[in-house]
Amino acid sequence: MASSIAAEYAIETRGLSKSFGSHNAVDGIDLRVPRGSVFGFLGPNGSGKTSTIRMLLGLSNISAGEVYLLGHRMPDHLDLALPRVGALVEGPAFYPFISGRRNLIRFDSANKNADPKTRDERVDRALARVGLTAAAKKKVHAYSLGMKQRLAIANALLQPRELLVLDEPTNGLDPQGTREIRNLVRTLASEGITFFISSHLLVEIEQICTHLAVMSQGKLVEQGSLEELSKSETLVLTLQTDQKQGAIKVLRDLKIKAKAHQSEIVAVVPRGLIEPEEIVRKLTRAKVGIKSFSLLAPTLEERFVSLTGEGFDVAR
Amino acid sequence: MSLDSSPKPSVAFAHFEFVKSELSLLFTRRRTWAMLFTISLIPIFLAIAVSLSGSTVPPGEGPPFLDRVSQNGLFVGFTAMVLAIPFFLPLTMAVVSGDTIAGEANTGTLRYLLISPLSRAKLLLVKFIGAGAFALAATFTLMLTGIIIGSILFPIGPVTLLSGEVIPIPDALLRIALVAIYVSISLMGVAAIGLFISTLTVVPVGAMAATVILSTVSQILGSLPQIEVIHPYLPTYYWLGFADFLRSPLDFTSFTSNLLLQLGYILIFGSFAYSKFTTKDVLS
Repeated sequence: MASSIAAEYAIETRGLSKSFGSHNAVDGIDLRVPRGSVFGFLGPNGSGKTSTIRMLLGLSNISAGEVYLLGHRMPDHLDLALPRVGALVEGPAFYPFISGRRNLIRFDSANKNADPKTRDERVDRALARVGLTAAAKKKVHAYSLGMKQRLAIANALLQPRELLVLDEPTNGLDPQGTREIRNLVRTLASEGITFFISSHLLVEIEQICTHLAVMSQGKLVEQGSLEELSKSETLVLTLQTDQKQGAIKVLRDLKIKAKAHQSEIVAVVPRGLIEPEEIVRKLTRAKVGIKSFSLLAPTLEERFVSLTGEGFDVAR
Repeated sequence: MSLDSSPKPSVAFAHFEFVKSELSLLFTRRRTWAMLFTISLIPIFLAIAVSLSGSTVPPGEGPPFLDRVSQNGLFVGFTAMVLAIPFFLPLTMAVVSGDTIAGEANTGTLRYLLISPLSRAKLLLVKFIGAGAFALAATFTLMLTGIIIGSILFPIGPVTLLSGEVIPIPDALLRIALVAIYVSISLMGVAAIGLFISTLTVVPVGAMAATVILSTVSQILGSLPQIEVIHPYLPTYYWLGFADFLRSPLDFTSFTSNLLLQLGYILIFGSFAYSKFTTKDVLS
C-alpha cells in the first residue's frame, strides 16, 4: 500500500498534537511502539493519555502531526488498520438489556471483515479465553465491573489481532482477576501480539511491560525500553539509624549531601562514586549504629514521580 | 478532515450483517414493543368506544370515517390513523430516531462500534433503516389491529368509498396497506430530523424531545393561515393526505407530493447528520 511505511513500529506518531481551544491536551509527541513489545503508557490524570489513544483509534480529530497505526496513516486508512487492532478504551461499554454473548455478536457484526460463518465459534472462543463462558447468557446489567472488563477484553479478541490497546485493563479487578489479565497479556505477547497498555498502576506496568513512555501535561517526558530506563546515573541511599547527626557528618565527609526524613536518612549518590561497603565501613568506624542500609537505583515509582511531579494531581 | 475513510468494495453479505444486528437490537428492546403495544391500543379503544356508545354518528361529525365504523369494521383503522398521526406516531418516531446516535453515545457503545471498524456513514444509514423499519411496524400494527378489532366488534363487508363507489374486501385490504405505507413515508422526514439532532448530543431524551417539539411546531405552523405560503414546505403538510386512497380511482397525487417532500427533508437533514457526525470527536 502506498500509505504503509516500514511498519517496524506498531504505533508511530510524529509531532502529534491535540488542542481544545488554546489548551494543548497533547503537545507534539513522538511515540514509537516497537512491534512485539508490551508497551506501558504512563502518566497522571490529565496528562493527555486518553486524548492520544482516541486519536490513535480514529475517534478524535488530530490537531497537528501524524499517526501511523500498524504502518497505516490514521484516520485516512482506519479501515485497513483497525480490523487488526483490538481495544479497551475508557472502560467497558455494553448494551445492558442483552446478554454478554449477544453484545459480542453485535460488535462483531459491525466489522465488515468478520466472517459471519465463524462468528459463533469466535465469540465462544473469546469468552472462554476470559473465563466468561458461564455468564455469557446473562444480561449485562447483571454483570459486575470485573465481568464487564473481561467481556471488553473478549471483544478485543474476537479476531486475530496484531495490536491490543488496553486502557486501564485491570481497573475494577480483584487480585485474582488482575493476575489472570497479566497471564493473558503474557501469553498473547508470546504469540507476537503488540500491547499498548495505559495505566496508573506502576507495579503492574513494571511486571509485564518491556517498554515504557511517560506523559506529563501533554508532553512525552520519557520513552524507551525498560532496560534503558532502569539505568540510572544516580542511586538512592536510605539509612535507618539512631545516630542521625553522626551519620550525616560521615556522609558529608564522603561528599554525599544527606537529609534526615522522619526515621530515615536519605541521599542521592552519583553512580560509581563509592562502594556501599565503603560507606558502611566508614559509618561503623564512626560508631553510627545501622538499623538498615540500602544503596539502590530509584524505583520506577520514584522516577515516575520525579518526572511528572509529586503525586497524581490532575494536571491543569 | 473527515474521520470516515472511503469504504472499500466488500462482499454484500458482510454489510447486511450489521443491518440484521440493528433490526434485531431494535426489536428486542422492551421499549419498542411497549410503543407498538400502545399504538395498537388506539384502534382498540376507538372500536370499543364506538361499539359501547351504540348511537350512530351523523355523517361529517367527529373524526373522519367515524360515522362509517359501526357499519363496517374495516374503517376502524382509517379513523385510528387519523387520530394517531398528528402527535402519537411522530412521538414514537422521535423516540426511535432521537435514540439512534445519542443512545449509543450514552451507553458508551458508540466508540466500540466505530473501532470494530464501522464507517460512520454506514452507522448513520443503518440507524435510519432501523427507523424506517419501525415506521412500517408502527403503521401496519395500527392498521392490522384495526382490521382485527373491527372484525370482532362490527360487521365486515365491501367498503363504500368517499366517492360513493363500493369496492370488494380484497381491494379494501390493499388500500389499507397503502395507507400504512403512506404514513410510514410521512414519518421519515421526522426520522431524518431526529437522526440529525441525535448526532448533536449524548442525551437521548433531549434529542427525542427536540424532535417531537419540531414535529408539533410544524403542525401548529401549518394551522396558521397567515403563513400559508410556507405550508407546502412543512414536513407535516401532506400527513392527512392518505384519505386519497379512499377515492376511486386510486389517487396517488398526495402520495407522490408527500414522498418528494419527505425525500427533501431526508436529503437535507441526512446531509447535516453526515457532515456533523463524520467530523466530530467521539468523546463518549
